[in-house]
Amino acid sequence: MVLMMSEITQENPGKQILLLGNEAITRGALEAGVDVATTYPGTPSSEIADTFSAIAKEAIRQNKDPGFYFQYSVNEKVALEVAAAASFCGLRALTCMKHVGLNVASDTFMTYMYVGCRGGHIIVSGDDPYCHSSQNEQDNRYFALFGGAPMLEPTTPQEAKEMTRIGFEISEKLSLPLLLRTTTRLNHARGPITLNALQPPRKKGFFKKDPLLVTVPATARARHPVLLKQLDEAEKISEKSPFNEIITIGKPKDFGVVTSGVSYTYVKEMAEELDLNVRILKLGMTHPIPRTICEKFMKSCSTLVMVEELEPFLENQFKQLAYDIGADVKIYGKSTGHFSRLYEYTPDIVADAFSKIFNVKNPFPGPTQSALKAPRRPPSLCPGCPHRATFYAVKKASPKDTVYPTDIGCYTLGKELPLEIADVLLCMGSNAGMACGFSIATDQKIISFMGDSTFFHSGIPPIINAVHHNHDVVITILDNRTTAMTGHQPHPGTPYDGMGRPAKLIKVEDVVKGCGIEHIEIVDPNKIKETTAAFKRALEFKGPSVVVSKSPCILLEVQRKRKAKEEIQLYQINQEICKRCKTCIGKFGCPALYFAEDGSVHIDPAQCNGCGNCVQVCPFGAISAERKQ
Amino acid sequence: MKKKTSIVLTGVGGQGVITAANLLGKAAVKAKVGVFVSEIHGMAQRGGAVVCTVRMGDVSSPLPNSGTADVLLSMEPVEALRNICYVNKKTKIITDKNPIIPFTVAVGGEQYPKVEEIFKELSSHAELHPVDASQIAKDAGAIITKNTVMLGALAASGVLPFKPEVLLETILEDVPEKYKEINKKAFEAGMKAIKK
Repeated sequence: MVLMMSEITQENPGKQILLLGNEAITRGALEAGVDVATTYPGTPSSEIADTFSAIAKEAIRQNKDPGFYFQYSVNEKVALEVAAAASFCGLRALTCMKHVGLNVASDTFMTYMYVGCRGGHIIVSGDDPYCHSSQNEQDNRYFALFGGAPMLEPTTPQEAKEMTRIGFEISEKLSLPLLLRTTTRLNHARGPITLNALQPPRKKGFFKKDPLLVTVPATARARHPVLLKQLDEAEKISEKSPFNEIITIGKPKDFGVVTSGVSYTYVKEMAEELDLNVRILKLGMTHPIPRTICEKFMKSCSTLVMVEELEPFLENQFKQLAYDIGADVKIYGKSTGHFSRLYEYTPDIVADAFSKIFNVKNPFPGPTQSALKAPRRPPSLCPGCPHRATFYAVKKASPKDTVYPTDIGCYTLGKELPLEIADVLLCMGSNAGMACGFSIATDQKIISFMGDSTFFHSGIPPIINAVHHNHDVVITILDNRTTAMTGHQPHPGTPYDGMGRPAKLIKVEDVVKGCGIEHIEIVDPNKIKETTAAFKRALEFKGPSVVVSKSPCILLEVQRKRKAKEEIQLYQINQEICKRCKTCIGKFGCPALYFAEDGSVHIDPAQCNGCGNCVQVCPFGAISAERKQ
Repeated sequence: MKKKTSIVLTGVGGQGVITAANLLGKAAVKAKVGVFVSEIHGMAQRGGAVVCTVRMGDVSSPLPNSGTADVLLSMEPVEALRNICYVNKKTKIITDKNPIIPFTVAVGGEQYPKVEEIFKELSSHAELHPVDASQIAKDAGAIITKNTVMLGALAASGVLPFKPEVLLETILEDVPEKYKEINKKAFEAGMKAIKK
């Protein structure tokens, strides 16, 4: 369901509406009069930016001013820099990204704290405990500690909105960018939001020159102590912040729980369900922690339970504090083995730990088990996905033991059977850098893969590296003209921007040529024979070559055809010709094809997207276009 | 004792599970009942398994404990099985009868159990209500109203802390004018599908 943008941009202070955590963050920014929002898309943060994009597009369509400027930047680092410049001019800015995006932006982030911001700047990190859709589950709260950013951690969509709104004020007061640290379970939770009034944006600022913005060594040395002073001020704000509060359950004596983020919701409900008598210190501002509040809380407790997902961020700080004040308190948490550093927490995990620590009965029955096994249902490349055709052709072209470094995007799904064409993956853009390294370390052939959005994001420097050092690699760019995995956001290869306005389209092959690649193949992967031949030529070429495999994302193609009322051609299998050799299923692996109970092969018309590639794959010519009725 | 309702919705990416969860959330707001919905997107979009939880009433957590769901609403039989951890003897499992075979069966050699076996297993753990949502939706006028049928069945189960009309009204606000009538029909047919 598409959220009506008029719903999220309505005034009506006091009204309650249901919003996704990410939409609530966007609403909070609008209530704070945000001027500039930037991002590189990444789950679980994408809908924050997608909501800005949808609002801007709708406004521009109606010839109205959206009030803010929004952009899908080329990567997270650039996104942070674009917004930082706006802040330097006194505007309010928001930059959102997934947790690993902050690694990309970290060079900017670390020194940005030294110079500080002018207009309020919120940096949203969407952390992903359990790696629902990520390559790691790093805890970005350490970035706040590392760089020196004040940090807020919301527990509900309502709080996410409020923390964004008030976060701008805190950021401006301290002249420091503020990290809003969220997790998947908050980003993708829906809850009731009470609307506040919308604040008009400032729109244009003015850049006042300041030599202290130029971080030469002498400036940096002068700025570092300023940052530490600002953090002292931040702690004073933390001491008074309404986001840090104590909640009483039952009739507590000296048992306490310290928690933050979504964990708080489990703690509160499980404390009630287990009839505990505890006080909960819920920390919303988790950097800097309010030391006086924490000290007082600690002194009033004989037992403290630390409940936080992932790393012992608060736990270690509380232990340090206990040492500093000589507190006589038993601290339970990760170090005592009651909580894990792994994955997401659940009410079950919290109930189990509480029952052990407080020696009370866990009233919950635990999970019901099935005697029957459900087949796995992992995500897969869609029927008709052009990546499948590229992969199939590559497998035909490449010799045994070819190494396939891959990258972040739908094509990572090539890892699954039957294609199994993903051998190593670290992060955005890593495919081509690793390809260079493999070419030195082994005589195996190297064919790497990245999408077009990944190419623009961080795939270009390793190509230049390959050219300069003459690495014998084939680098494939799967050019489907969109950022498909995260929800079809535009990128520099699309002719429009995030606000729906016409934008200069940059061709992948032009950039590659500019990088100095001498052997470039441009193919339509839906022509499997020609694509196979192109990869063979690329493999034969001594030195770095690039194959640009161009075909639009099938989901966009189907959407386009439906809009244009074009027919989607379906295909059928002639059972008299079919030898049940299983090439179409066992080697090509299109999920629209299936075995009937008698072992015959069929195409599910509800799933077929009409690419027709199975016709080329079938060695017996058993598949043909369905006769129209 | 605090009044809480926990519903687990499940199905295959693209079946509209998230939309259904969102509609329940909106209906709760309309009925002025506390609500917290949790969904997992991401890679689930590409035909993977999807789970949403909807908790209503005096709740703090978006997730229920295992074995505490009031309803497990599944758009596909094996997905109900996959989420059996949430049910107890009193849980109502409302599931569509029509399987969607995952590609791991054709390609990975995994087994999709017979639907009768799945239903037998589900009935041994909870109160099972199979619904032929596709057929009912077709009879109502359009296959795309399948989820409206399922939500009608959910509304008739009696676990929602508000009247079925509130949910129907919420659904109708969300669909274009020309589909309102068939959605109403589908919802009402879904309500009848679960009554014995």
